Amino acid sequence: MSETQTTYNYKVVRQFAVMTVIWGIVGMLVGVIIAAELVWPEMFSAILPELAPYLSYGRLRPLHTNAVIFAFGGCALFATSYYCVQRTSHARIFCDKLAAFTFWGWQLVILLAAISLPLGITAGKEYAELEWPIDILITLVWVAYAVVFFGTIAKRTVSHIYVANWFFGSMILAVALLHLVNSAAIPVTFLKSYSAYAGVQDAMVQWWYGHNAVGFFLTAGFLGMMYYFVPKQAGRPVYSYRLSVVHFWALIFTYMWAGPHHLHYTALPDWTQSIGMIFSLILLAPSWGGMINGIMTLSGAWHKLRDDPVLKFLITSLSFYGMSTFEGPMMSVKTVNALSHYTDWTVGHVHSGALGWVAMVSIGSLYYLLPRLFGRQEMYSVKLMTVHFWIATIGVVLYIASTWISGVMQGLMWRAVNADGTLTYSFVESVKGSYPFWTIRFIGGVLFLSGMFIMAYNMFKTIAAGKSEDAPVLAAAAHHA
Amino acid sequence: MSDFVSEFWNFYVIGIVLVSVIGCAVFLWSQGSANFTVGKTTGHAWDETLEEYNNPLPKWWSWMFYITVFFALAYLALYPGLGSFKGMLGWSSVGQWKGEQQKAAQQYDPIYQKFQQMDIQAVAADKQAMEMGKRLFLTYCMQCHGADARGSKGFPNLADSDWLYGGEPAQIVETISNGRMGVMPPHAHLGADTVKDLANYVRSLSGLSNDAVRAAKGQEAFMTAGCAGCHGMDAKGMHAVGAPNLTDGTWLYGSSEATIMETINNGRQNKMPAWKDFLGEAKVHLLTAYVYSLSNTK
Repeated sequence: MSETQTTYNYKVVRQFAVMTVIWGIVGMLVGVIIAAELVWPEMFSAILPELAPYLSYGRLRPLHTNAVIFAFGGCALFATSYYCVQRTSHARIFCDKLAAFTFWGWQLVILLAAISLPLGITAGKEYAELEWPIDILITLVWVAYAVVFFGTIAKRTVSHIYVANWFFGSMILAVALLHLVNSAAIPVTFLKSYSAYAGVQDAMVQWWYGHNAVGFFLTAGFLGMMYYFVPKQAGRPVYSYRLSVVHFWALIFTYMWAGPHHLHYTALPDWTQSIGMIFSLILLAPSWGGMINGIMTLSGAWHKLRDDPVLKFLITSLSFYGMSTFEGPMMSVKTVNALSHYTDWTVGHVHSGALGWVAMVSIGSLYYLLPRLFGRQEMYSVKLMTVHFWIATIGVVLYIASTWISGVMQGLMWRAVNADGTLTYSFVESVKGSYPFWTIRFIGGVLFLSGMFIMAYNMFKTIAAGKSEDAPVLAAAAHHA
Repeated sequence: MSDFVSEFWNFYVIGIVLVSVIGCAVFLWSQGSANFTVGKTTGHAWDETLEEYNNPLPKWWSWMFYITVFFALAYLALYPGLGSFKGMLGWSSVGQWKGEQQKAAQQYDPIYQKFQQMDIQAVAADKQAMEMGKRLFLTYCMQCHGADARGSKGFPNLADSDWLYGGEPAQIVETISNGRMGVMPPHAHLGADTVKDLANYVRSLSGLSNDAVRAAKGQEAFMTAGCAGCHGMDAKGMHAVGAPNLTDGTWLYGSSEATIMETINNGRQNKMPAWKDFLGEAKVHLLTAYVYSLSNTK
């Protein structure tokens, strides 16, 4: 029984957990800055003229998306998956050194992104802007991640693999596939490459990647998080094992088809567009399966929502998840898409997922995780967690409500025609009309960012009062899986 | 035109799509009738407390899943999706676009044709026509020439009475219909000194401060280096090639010595796109009248 003497590797979890909060602040700060640039476009040329090109919207926008998705979201996934896979495998992580490599390697990727994107070094593919040398580093880190994760699964001392690990595992495999295929490029210099695909094929590969980045990185991975932390915090069994089986396989199968809905009414052939649309609609039920399983897990313990900020975050995140996964299929319907595409509605939809779902479930999970990683009973201040929850919720609501309104307004203005067939509004009039909503959206972003600062304060106070403790690995009990 | 290089891929797409869509329903059906024990766990446990109830799938959720699958199949029957099968409704995005264009043509063409019979001056004096012309301008022209038609660097001001290619109705029609290619060839081979002389001469033509000695040398160079060939001996320009008048106070790229030297050294390339095929003659007629009105009916 030497296993009982060994401990879990919490060090790598601690490192990723702390960096999640740091990168969350950085990524969301850049988001707030570009939201401000929409309202005050001349901002930087007035105050920092020599830096203005590097801080322009076009340079910072990919930095924002990369920082929140891959730095904040990525670190959250690494932290929670390493924690979950060890604890539910009843085994210490496979290969501490490789796990440490994934941490430092991933931080290096983020750092290189933060330098190269403002300099305008970009492959020009949305959510895959990083140039080929960084892409190679990502590949190395990701393969190491897969080895560590599946190595730990292989080491497990329980026979069944817990549902959360199915989701984490599928995320790791799918992201590897997506990254390799979409980032295939022909380098021309050290810092410039061109996509291996051309024309509409390139667009299709890009959105096959783009939508599955949402589907696997931002959905499957975070569902894995949900499947560990919701039942843990609620102290209740997962609502339905069968539901988790069905929605898992249906989700990872149908997501792969949904990409073409990003290319409605383009040069993509009609049949491809139709297939993207129908699978996006079929995706509704598999997506909602996760929400139902999460929320119904709380059934019988609803009272815990009243004074447990961790559950508040987790359950609210599932509500936003349900909302955006309903909205997504609706927006994939061609007639709806004809109105919503290219407007702020899309931006609002993404943020209802990114802030409401991804960030909230990560924040809730981290509030569960941090005290346990630093040998404390709970966070330094539970009250500040509640304050964070309300500020973040109001922030998301302001953000998505304002972008819904401006999005629908833009869509309607762009299609309005006069009696003689000319456009009723010039483009710039729709920009002018959007200003009030962009201001509200900026305020929503500021609120959400403020919440992250409160979290950082709470986290550092918790760390200061605690000490780094690694829990002993659990023995596999007789009746266990 | 088929989207597929061979029939194989057509059948491949049909097969894989149908198997996948129907497969979703079959999979769901196969999972609906396990041995459920409501409110009891599956007996597995992880990490001390993690368990799962052996509850069945929620019925409303299963139905929602089935409905989306049925919808998908119905959609595939009606619309293109199954390889090169066109769908029973015969819908296509190109067809929809052409249909909308036809409808728009039926609805709007008579409005424009009414003005096409009138001559430009008369259209320019018509209030309704000018409102329509302005809306056309704000849709198609303002991106370069500005909402007020006053242009910007490299894009001519249409509201003054200075014309590169002429401001007569026929000339404006030609400009909008077929576009223009404005080319000032580069003259760096003349040497920096001569280019500077030329810049001073050009500035002197419109009364801007200049070095009189250089301007005098510049005038000689102007006659011998080929400038006069396009801009004319009097430097007043030539509509036939779009060479600007250098003696007025209007500048397309700027009047500083440095900018003029840049223009002479590197030349300028400019392009007005052709609109005849896109807009049709009736709208070009109306736009011509609008542009004409900007400098003629004030």
